[in-house]
Amino acid sequence: MSEIANIEELKKLAPPAELRRAPVVEGNQGLGWLTDKLSAFAEAKVPLWWKIAFVPAAFAATVIFPICLFYQVFTGVGVWGNNHPDMWGWDIVNFIWWVGVAHAGTLISAMLFLTRQHWRTTIGRMAEAMTVFSVAMAGLYPAIHVGRAWFDWFMFPIPNSNGLWPQFKSPLMWDVFAVNTYLMVSSLFWFMGMIPDFAVLRDRSTTRVRKTIFSFLAMGWTGSAWQWHHYEKAYVVLCGLCTLLVFTVSSIVGLDFCTAQLAGWHATIFPLYFVIGAVFCGFGMMLVLLTSLRKLCHLENIITKSHIDKVAKLCLVSGLIINYIYLMEIFIAWYSGDPYERWVFGHRFFGHTYMVFGWMLIGINVCVTQLLWFKKIRSNLVALFIIGVLINIGMWSERFVIVVGSLYQDYLPANWGTYHPTTWDVGLYIGTLGAFFMLYLLFVKFLPMIAISEVKGATPQADPHHPLGGALKGDH
Amino acid sequence: MSEKVYGLMAEFDSPGALLRAAEKMGVSSYRKWDCFTPFPIHGLDKVMGYRNSLVGWVALAGGAFMFLNIVGLIWFANYFDYPVMVGGKPLFSPPMTFVPAYIMMIMGAAFGALLGMFGLNQLPRLHHPLLFKKRFESVSRDKFVIVIGANDEKFCVTETKKMLESLGAANVEIVEDQP
Repeated sequence: MSEIANIEELKKLAPPAELRRAPVVEGNQGLGWLTDKLSAFAEAKVPLWWKIAFVPAAFAATVIFPICLFYQVFTGVGVWGNNHPDMWGWDIVNFIWWVGVAHAGTLISAMLFLTRQHWRTTIGRMAEAMTVFSVAMAGLYPAIHVGRAWFDWFMFPIPNSNGLWPQFKSPLMWDVFAVNTYLMVSSLFWFMGMIPDFAVLRDRSTTRVRKTIFSFLAMGWTGSAWQWHHYEKAYVVLCGLCTLLVFTVSSIVGLDFCTAQLAGWHATIFPLYFVIGAVFCGFGMMLVLLTSLRKLCHLENIITKSHIDKVAKLCLVSGLIINYIYLMEIFIAWYSGDPYERWVFGHRFFGHTYMVFGWMLIGINVCVTQLLWFKKIRSNLVALFIIGVLINIGMWSERFVIVVGSLYQDYLPANWGTYHPTTWDVGLYIGTLGAFFMLYLLFVKFLPMIAISEVKGATPQADPHHPLGGALKGDH
Repeated sequence: MSEKVYGLMAEFDSPGALLRAAEKMGVSSYRKWDCFTPFPIHGLDKVMGYRNSLVGWVALAGGAFMFLNIVGLIWFANYFDYPVMVGGKPLFSPPMTFVPAYIMMIMGAAFGALLGMFGLNQLPRLHHPLLFKKRFESVSRDKFVIVIGANDEKFCVTETKKMLESLGAANVEIVEDQP
């Protein structure tokens, strides 16, 4: 180790503790240790907690989910609570909610990569997986909400014997493109990011079955400089494209609403509103997943408190933007002088039927979010877990307020009605939650849940210009 | 030279050591060589003399192709083949095609980036002589490797081995070619 520069000398040059960046990985271990640590969970025996969590999730996904799905498809949308005037109910609420959960994943994995936030390497893969699985859940809802799911292919521009084409001027049509693109692109991104890590698991595999599976998945990755050269470029391009999707997909969902001439929906702020709401909700989900997986998978050195603190801060920022939008919405409703707008917004909080959701929105999204200002709360993982769950509930109720709150009492009092979800609404939601968690648990157990090569690349040991990376004195 | 040899594999312990060796390799007369690392190494592209990757252009081509195709499709479907009048709006106007065309542009560009990366790297490849080498497995872990191919004009097992050792390689081994 004579070629390594004098560490003591470097320590004198280092900035004071409060100015130093938190290390991406704590403990300053070598690359070999990191590889062992990061692939340990995928290689170890299935732990007990995993089985305990998997059984109910798998039950919901493989029993409740198909029953509710088939019953609805065979019988019709009437099995849900949707009826005139509430043609959009839980199905659309849940659709927006799932799309929302997806967005923070893309924001973390793509946008933080473009801004060179090295700490995202440890949580990026988990965030991407969250995106892929939740978009899949989201995409399901509109597909069955149309009523006759076997005609879904009419939405794709396929030449058919009816000579019909989709009507491209409708935002609902744009949704088809947006959600499908989101699912495809985020899956591609997720898969491409995993190729070098599949190679790691391939090289470490001890059984023939594992070796074969991971050899196929790694596609012959050798890690040559040539491969990394193109891989990095493709990664940047995909990150850029995914960042565009963060802003596009929820905007288009927002357009579904704001092109309608309905008080409470017809507002230009809606695309932005939906994007930020989505990101906020997704950060909530991210807090839930990170705090629990960190503990359960023993990743305290990898997903450090500093990383979770940063996610909580991002959650706070998006929460504050959402609070501003709530304020703006109410202000504009008052300022517009439109009696219908004023009436709808007044009714959200002081009306009779669904005002509890309006207050949940204020109580959670506005009040609970403010707790994240405090460092004590941001470093308390139990508190963050609870806040994460609450944010998801709060954002769910926000979508309920928007969808049902505007529909159930519109311009014509003769047209008014109420909305009550049925067992099948609830069952389908539980089913999608189960499917999401089942897929997520499978991912955590069998795939590289942390980007092994990326985390290694973010350590000082990987920097050829750092003494720990083998730089000589005077090397730059 | 024996037909059975794929090349020589030199192992280094740190990215810094690999980068210094690669710098020396770059000015040597060897041409068929490559570095293998567990993660991309800062500055290695420059040493290897790689120019900007073409993946970005493939992505651009994919994106542009999809964008124009969707604009064309909308014109064909809603204007030419089966005109549908909606709210007195023009049957076709470029701004109205933007959203679907833009979204599909992202799809096209993403496929372009991925397939471009696969194409330029010649992946998927299910067989590679290096992957049969037991010691090569540590490349995905914590070792940094330079391989000089036996198809290099200057390649000579003893001479090349000596040269690699002089670069500071911790271990130099012959890689057998696999049929």
